[in-house]
Amino acid sequence: MGLFDRIKQAFTGEKKETPVEQTETTEKYEKGLEKTRKTFSSRMNELFANFRTVDEDFFEDLEEVLIESDVGFEVTMEITEALRQEVKLKNAKNKNDVQQVIIEKMVDIYEESESGDRSIQLNKDGLTIILFVGVNGVGKTTTIAKMAHQYIDEGKKVVLAAGDTFRAGAIEQLEVWGERVGATVVSGKAGGDPASVVFDAVKRAKDENADILIVDTAGRLQNKVNLMKELEKMKRIISREVPDGPHEVLLVLDATTGQNAMIQARQFKETTDVTGIVLTKLDGTAKGGIVLAIRKELGIPVKYVGLGENMDDLEEFNPNEFVFGLFSELIKDTL
Amino acid sequence: MAFEGLTERLQNAMTKLRRKGKVSEADVREMMREVRLALLEADVNFKVVKEFVNKVSERAIGTEVLDSLSPGQQIIKIVNDELTELMGGETATINYSVKPPTVVMMVGLQGAGKTTTAGKIANYVRKNDNKRPLLVAADIYRPAAIQQLQTIGNQLDMPVFTLGDQVSPVEIAQKGIEEAVRTGRDLVLIDTAGRLHVDENLMTELSDIKKIAEPSEIFLVVDAMTGQDAVNVAKSFNEQLDVTGVVLTKLDGDTRGGAALSIRSVTGKPIKFVGQGEKLDALEPFHPDRMANRILGMGDMLTLIEKAQQDIDEKKAEEMAEKLRDNSFDFNDFIDQMDQVSNMGPLEDIIKMIPGMNNMPGLDQLQIDPKDTARMKAIVLSMTPKERENPDIISQSRRKRIAKGSGRPLVEVNRLIKQFNESKKMMNKMSNGNFQGMDNLFGNGVKGKLGKLAMNQMARKNKKKKKKNVRKKKK
Repeated sequence: MGLFDRIKQAFTGEKKETPVEQTETTEKYEKGLEKTRKTFSSRMNELFANFRTVDEDFFEDLEEVLIESDVGFEVTMEITEALRQEVKLKNAKNKNDVQQVIIEKMVDIYEESESGDRSIQLNKDGLTIILFVGVNGVGKTTTIAKMAHQYIDEGKKVVLAAGDTFRAGAIEQLEVWGERVGATVVSGKAGGDPASVVFDAVKRAKDENADILIVDTAGRLQNKVNLMKELEKMKRIISREVPDGPHEVLLVLDATTGQNAMIQARQFKETTDVTGIVLTKLDGTAKGGIVLAIRKELGIPVKYVGLGENMDDLEEFNPNEFVFGLFSELIKDTL
Repeated sequence: MAFEGLTERLQNAMTKLRRKGKVSEADVREMMREVRLALLEADVNFKVVKEFVNKVSERAIGTEVLDSLSPGQQIIKIVNDELTELMGGETATINYSVKPPTVVMMVGLQGAGKTTTAGKIANYVRKNDNKRPLLVAADIYRPAAIQQLQTIGNQLDMPVFTLGDQVSPVEIAQKGIEEAVRTGRDLVLIDTAGRLHVDENLMTELSDIKKIAEPSEIFLVVDAMTGQDAVNVAKSFNEQLDVTGVVLTKLDGDTRGGAALSIRSVTGKPIKFVGQGEKLDALEPFHPDRMANRILGMGDMLTLIEKAQQDIDEKKAEEMAEKLRDNSFDFNDFIDQMDQVSNMGPLEDIIKMIPGMNNMPGLDQLQIDPKDTARMKAIVLSMTPKERENPDIISQSRRKRIAKGSGRPLVEVNRLIKQFNESKKMMNKMSNGNFQGMDNLFGNGVKGKLGKLAMNQMARKNKKKKKKNVRKKKK
């Protein structure tokens, strides 16, 4: 059942019982997103509780709620702009009308930017190479470990490349993880050229007939030209050794990051042609609205979300669950 | 540099005001709406924004301001004052315990940069306050966190205390302090594991460490890129641990830095340091007034001068000035100068500290590859000593040779030589006291005027300082 239908249903009250296909993942999402949802819908409720008329003050408050959820400036403006129009057109004056317009608009934005395949592109007849990029401290190495764990569980042979030769202790960190999940780790010297590590790792993965090679890279701020060039070089090496590689370039974003996440996504996309996003630390944030903004403005799909600190806490991203999770309480409240 | 986007938007907001000869209340309100959006867009917490906007509006709408001769400038000054206030007003420093060792705890979310910052602070206090720090590795959860701290300790040549990852952090902290007393270390930096502020178990662990270690400082390390959630994080850490200060990290990114503006106002705890790079010396004390200046695009000459004092050899600088005056500046000096400047940090950051420079068109696009200076150096080093001393003899064939020698294309060699000649000419003029044309550097309109305003402020401050010095001497 599509998201739209579910929301429509919730609105019309045609079918009030919860959808049958609520799976374990849904629960995980609900739990992981508890904070996100709570803040968002409680703020929305607050807003509507104080609702008197549709005036400039109301729009200002609405802007604040949306921005506070890290939905992003542009998207916020778009929603409020659209609402201003709708209010005029439909003459929506009472609370429920307005509320409906807001939710409809957000779902619209989300649906219209529905883009791309969210599954990881695997190379069916050989080695799949996945390159991880991102700024410092977003959780690249941890995510790699989680992902490797998943693939190993599926019976695949995984090689990890310790391409972060810069940060102190990064190589050791990946090695410890490799040992825990049972993946081969290829590493070079600390401070060495990461591209050479990548080269070695590709060779090793080929020799050992591995299914998947995951390349870790050092965290870098997107405005550091030389570091971004280094990343380009690593990607070039991969493409040279495996012509259609890397099969995935995953940008890891910290869900607590604010509007800068947009800039990160844009810059990394430019240099490494990011194919998907992994959103980490979603369990800790009260926000997550940035997902909406990124989908809208960049069209890069979110492929995975990190919902906790355990090895199993990496889930494939399910946008329906996510947006529904965001609104569910709000919708229930309107009934 | 952080804050760029915020600067631009704030300036645009003020430009509109500037165009009017007379400013009405409605104009102010219009501007404040823009300011409000600019701040919100920069991830400043919405409550903080509301308060800030109210405060500024209140002060700006008074008749004294609106009827004054230059309402625009007055309002900019008000915004500047309030921004400074918002970020804490005064510069805060580390509190050292009367009875050594001083214990400093580093806390924060995962990936905020606690371990790196611990290293940076250790390096900072050793360099500036002659402390002998001991690093204590109390992150037993993340794989290789201990090795990370050990590597940093090695780089800094500083001892790191560890008991492995099987001992409780509380015990590690306690033994670490005992170790410091035994080995005569007067500052203990405890690096704790990153944790979510909602994780009760781990937060209790921090309280336990706090009880035992009795730290003089608990630094909350916050990623400057954090969104609206920064406030919640800071609040809960503060409520549970009563932190004493904040360290903002990754400020060398292009974040708009709203977190910096919100945290102080929500927790009431000062931002003590900012981390601006990956190297272990990239840590600076936080100066609210200077940061406000930078946000408003007024530059930050004070930091620039301090940096220069710290990193540039005064004697050499004087020699250089002498050379400029008698026009004997050659490529040897050029390299010297380049080395000194690159000691001060990334060039784009330095440039943006100069008042008005923030507004040069296209400067936001300016991204300098640190390798560029290395390349320039390679070109100069491929010249013969004779060529370096007397650049005029560099003929076409010599240029070709230099290009080959340095492995750079001929165009680059040509460009460098041309740049060198031009800067030589300009510097010669300037050192003769001819500042003509410098005015235009700032451009026209409000942005240019902002630049000039800042320049004049600087000049006035300097004069005052001189007067003070004179007075002191008289006494």
